[in-house]
Amino acid sequence: MERRTLFEGWLLPVLLVLPQLALTGVFFLWPAAAAIRSSAMLEDPFGLGTQFVALQNFEALFADPLYVQTILRTVVFCAAVSALSMSVALGLAVFADRDIRGRVIYRTLVIWPYAVAPALAAVLWLFLLDPHIGLIGRALPRIGIAWDPRINGGQAFLMVVLASAWKQVSYNFIFFLAGLQSVPRSVTEAARLDGARGWRRFRTITFPLLAPTTFFLLIVNLVYAAFDTFGTIQALTQGGPAKATETLVVKVYRDGVVNVDLGSSAAQSVVLMAGVILLTALQFRFLGRRNTA
Amino acid sequence: MNGRTDWTAHAVLALGALLFALPVWLAFAGSTQDSAAIARGDLSLLPNLANLGAYPRALIQGVMGTRPVWHMLLVSLGMAATIAVGKIAISILSAYAVVFFRFPFRRTAFWIIFVTLMLPVEVRIIPTYAVMSDLGLINSFTGLTMPLIASATATLLFRQIFLAVPDELVEAARMDGAGPLRFLRDVLIPVSAANIAALFVILFVYGWNQYLWPLLVATDPRLDTIVIGIVRMIGVESQTDWSAVMATAMLALLPPVAVVVLMQRWFVAGLAEGEK
Repeated sequence: MERRTLFEGWLLPVLLVLPQLALTGVFFLWPAAAAIRSSAMLEDPFGLGTQFVALQNFEALFADPLYVQTILRTVVFCAAVSALSMSVALGLAVFADRDIRGRVIYRTLVIWPYAVAPALAAVLWLFLLDPHIGLIGRALPRIGIAWDPRINGGQAFLMVVLASAWKQVSYNFIFFLAGLQSVPRSVTEAARLDGARGWRRFRTITFPLLAPTTFFLLIVNLVYAAFDTFGTIQALTQGGPAKATETLVVKVYRDGVVNVDLGSSAAQSVVLMAGVILLTALQFRFLGRRNTA
Repeated sequence: MNGRTDWTAHAVLALGALLFALPVWLAFAGSTQDSAAIARGDLSLLPNLANLGAYPRALIQGVMGTRPVWHMLLVSLGMAATIAVGKIAISILSAYAVVFFRFPFRRTAFWIIFVTLMLPVEVRIIPTYAVMSDLGLINSFTGLTMPLIASATATLLFRQIFLAVPDELVEAARMDGAGPLRFLRDVLIPVSAANIAALFVILFVYGWNQYLWPLLVATDPRLDTIVIGIVRMIGVESQTDWSAVMATAMLALLPPVAVVVLMQRWFVAGLAEGEK
């Protein structure tokens, strides 16, 4: 879509668009190009020079079973966070869509965690799940569960999934509620008259109408779980114990910033870029390019 | 609907609200208790309202060797506000140029902006750090904020809003002899006020909640944001001053939550509109 009515001149618009282009060029495109460039380079161990090694960094990366494990772990993590936060949000949205007293208040009470930083969500969950001070963490041993996420990888994984999903429910809730409110009442009423009851009416009528919202949210949640949970994981477990909660972003941070393995970290960055591009492409392909329309 | 109270809906929603409120309540209750007791595992769910000493302690002295909390709150506030205002400003200008003018490489410019959607900071950690260090922006407030000001989402949103402005409005402004900049200031910005408000909430929260970027680019404790600060506090192994940590959590939570709750109406509408 283009506008018909336009202003004349080209100098002014160029000046107007320049600040953003400059920032984009310096802080986005240049670093991205540098990442691609150094992903094809190998720095010698003494830091004396670099040589071009083409895809060797990538070959090394994918030959490393630890990296492949991290990919799989990230996929499981993203799937768990998305499934949990989306299903809880949908459940709450369905009830918040009903005509009940105080629904505006309920809505506020579900929406506010949108404002909580992922890293801060982690701190809040520590108050619940820490084995020493946490409300739930202390109670679990008393009912016979040996709870210590600092040594038990599975429990640590569960903890970061819960904290990450908790923070994302409100975002999903806002979209599911908006989606439900745009389902015409006449449609659900007609289904009701046809005798479709609660659950069936939801499954056969409402849920299919929410499909575009659900798909959009799925992509957003996958991206959130893959990238924005760095703070959550770093605050709760730093990727441990024994890498049990290390996602791809945690690993790229560790290898690049802590271990300063530049070639491998650059190659990992390029793999992540490919991931984001794939997800964004999927989103625009299936949602009819809403943003660029 | 029918006159009966929908108890199921109330039960589910109350449970959901409780699930969100519980950790915050716990932090609040804990902030009023004795740190030694919390460390022993005696965290009570009942706050002791007479004991709010952890708040001034955290605010003025800092916790576990961090800068004072008031200072970290100020850095966060400055960062969030700068990012929100900066993003809105440069996005309005670039969206205005792309929508209302024809100039060479217009499409290219648009695509360059669009591509940033696919390059979150997490995928370009090291090279961005290298650029920052070449420009001498490590450990500076500019370095903390400027790279986060460029992003495609706000530009795309304003582009959508501007595309929907009726042609008659543009024609009328031109008849009145309004130049392009006056049209932007007197017509376009006022008609988009609600969207700008919504976007401000989203971007303020985005800026306030940053973790990876400040961790990377600002190692000077004077630039510690509150989010960085609190993670630092819980990372200390021994003798954690838990009540002060919990007070800090409450203080870190309050500003963005207040912005979201107070501006809820614009924010919810804007979010649903902008992301779709």
